[in-house]
Amino acid sequence: MLKLLPLIPLFPLVSSVLLMVTTGKMPKRLVAILGAGSVGLSALTTLLVGLAFMESGQPHHQVLWTWMQVGTFSPDIAFYLDGLTLVMMSVITGVGFLIHLFSTEFMEEDVSYSRYFAYLNMFVFAMLILVMADNLLLLYLGWEGVGVCSYLLVGFWYQNPDNGLAARKAFVVTRVGDTAMALGLFLLFTELGTLDIQPMAAAANSQWQVGDTLPVLACLLLLGGAVGKSAQLPLHTWLPDAMAGPTPVSALIHAATMVTAGVYLIARTHELFLLAPPAMLAVALVGLITSLMAAFTALVQHDIKRILAYSTISQIGYMFLALGVGAWTAGIFHLMTHAFFKALLFLGAGAVIHCLHHEHNIFKMGGLRTRLPVAFWSFLIGSAALAALPFTSGFFSKDMILLQAYELPGAGPWLWAGGLLGALLTAIYSFRLVFVVFFGEAKTEPDRQPGLRMAVPLTLLCVLAIIGGWFALPLADVFPVAGEHHPSHLIEGISIAIPLIGLVLAYLIFLSGQLKIDGLVNSSLGRTLKKFWFSGWAMDLLYDRLLVRPYKGLAYMLRGEWVDVIYNSIVKVCQMLFVGLSHTQTGRLRWYATSMVFGVIVVIALLLGVI
Amino acid sequence: MDGVSIPLDHVLLLSALLFICGLLGLMMRRNVIFILISLEVMLNSSAVAFVAAGARWGQADGQVIFMLILAVAAAEVAVGLGLVIQIQRRFKSLDMDDADRLRG
Repeated sequence: MLKLLPLIPLFPLVSSVLLMVTTGKMPKRLVAILGAGSVGLSALTTLLVGLAFMESGQPHHQVLWTWMQVGTFSPDIAFYLDGLTLVMMSVITGVGFLIHLFSTEFMEEDVSYSRYFAYLNMFVFAMLILVMADNLLLLYLGWEGVGVCSYLLVGFWYQNPDNGLAARKAFVVTRVGDTAMALGLFLLFTELGTLDIQPMAAAANSQWQVGDTLPVLACLLLLGGAVGKSAQLPLHTWLPDAMAGPTPVSALIHAATMVTAGVYLIARTHELFLLAPPAMLAVALVGLITSLMAAFTALVQHDIKRILAYSTISQIGYMFLALGVGAWTAGIFHLMTHAFFKALLFLGAGAVIHCLHHEHNIFKMGGLRTRLPVAFWSFLIGSAALAALPFTSGFFSKDMILLQAYELPGAGPWLWAGGLLGALLTAIYSFRLVFVVFFGEAKTEPDRQPGLRMAVPLTLLCVLAIIGGWFALPLADVFPVAGEHHPSHLIEGISIAIPLIGLVLAYLIFLSGQLKIDGLVNSSLGRTLKKFWFSGWAMDLLYDRLLVRPYKGLAYMLRGEWVDVIYNSIVKVCQMLFVGLSHTQTGRLRWYATSMVFGVIVVIALLLGVI
Repeated sequence: MDGVSIPLDHVLLLSALLFICGLLGLMMRRNVIFILISLEVMLNSSAVAFVAAGARWGQADGQVIFMLILAVAAAEVAVGLGLVIQIQRRFKSLDMDDADRLRG
């Protein structure tokens, strides 16, 4: 059964290629069957392979062929299956299939139906390659592949130039991180002589001591790549704009899978990070600061998808925090539960947007609780899991992260306190969303109800978002075993109470109105803060002033093409010579004869030494 | 062959004069037939030089080369006259300056 492993990425690849070569001439029904069915087949195969893997319990390594051979560098096209890979594959194919199914109805009226599924299938293929690769080069191939698919899907409705701009921004900003990652790969290869992950980790452990400069440098470069892909500070600005794409795309790429690739990368190379404590601390700090900043920003947004986008940034911040404190299993656990409930929230938002004339502003919604019950229950369960209310999936994973952060010697309690503040904010903004959109008076009437192909994925994801916390992940062999936890009851109690406090606060402020915050919001400080947070801590403005404008200015200054002057003058000289010499070609026989005579005279004169 | 003999210098002078006549004709004449005649003159001027040199050294080589030049000249005229006919047909004139379609 384990030999079926290469089939898993093959299904979506074949489907994608088929959809591409038929260029939209396939009937929609067939496109839907092919697009969603191929990922469904992958999910089934993943299940089979997963069962076989659980039985054997040994990591499975499968070499397909040697990719290239350059000196001592010979990366293989090879897959490596262990518990971590299996978790990622299950999320990608399982959640991916539900989102594909949802898309078949969501995109039904779009003219580019088949193009959409071609891109989406290609994305699933690239993402699978990313998580299954046994060497960092193949991983990098998948890494760039998902980047390209993200670009294509964010700019899917390219007729609107704003969407194209958002797509370019997503591509360019992540490219900054990818460059750092490529440098990290070069460094690792020159120092360790291999990019195969398992031998590389062994080589690193034998060559380097904990705290050496080189592993710190390599890990920081890898962190650069992870930060770009996972939309963490300071490269997070692309994700909110990436919401320009279709909503299921946001659910699949910008919530459940691609943006967690950075988390996967760090978890996959955790043996390197263990050699570099400063880099670990950097990961934790990046995660914590990002999660707090994004949570504050999510508090004041109007656009339903932007709220979810900032919430995604914030939750991935938690995962980074977990990785940074060495809580590898907790980080991956949160990755999985987050994939469930955030996909659920995004698909719920998609259903709302779909049924509400493409309305995005939450203040123009309201009272949808009775009008769109499916979306309401999805949102309620998704928000409960996001806010980490007790016994939802998010509760277990977030609790695990916070407790392990608390136990980190030194900065632990501070990280824990920061994480708790984030959890409080998370509860407030997620229930603000629920209360504003689904309670109160109706402002827009839905013009239709979600159909079966939307309701079924939502229901399944609801179930997963609730029970996801009870899944036992097969990660014990992958990561070093963490010590026993003996948190005091007080710490645990606070962790449970904080989300509930957030829920009550959100209820008092946004639903019952008993807690008046108008005075606070309308004070001058409140208004400034709100504006500042609304703009995402003015990061876009900062980058615009700091990078985009100087770059444009430089381009404007260089528009005269100074460098090209040298090359253009060479061309000019050649052209002049050509024009001059072409005058000698008169086509007249006598002229040629005379030229020859003079040439002979000159040669003879030279031979005789006259001249 | 005793008696009065023509000095070699004189023959070579004649040859050079003939050659220059032919060359000038080649460079200045426009009529393609006269160009061919000029070429003929030049060939024969060199042939004279060969014959004279062969006589001076008492060897047959000069006359052998003369025979060769004769053959070359005959072949050249055969090709040349063919070209003349084609030029006349195509340009309706024998003026070589009219046939300048290869000018750059």
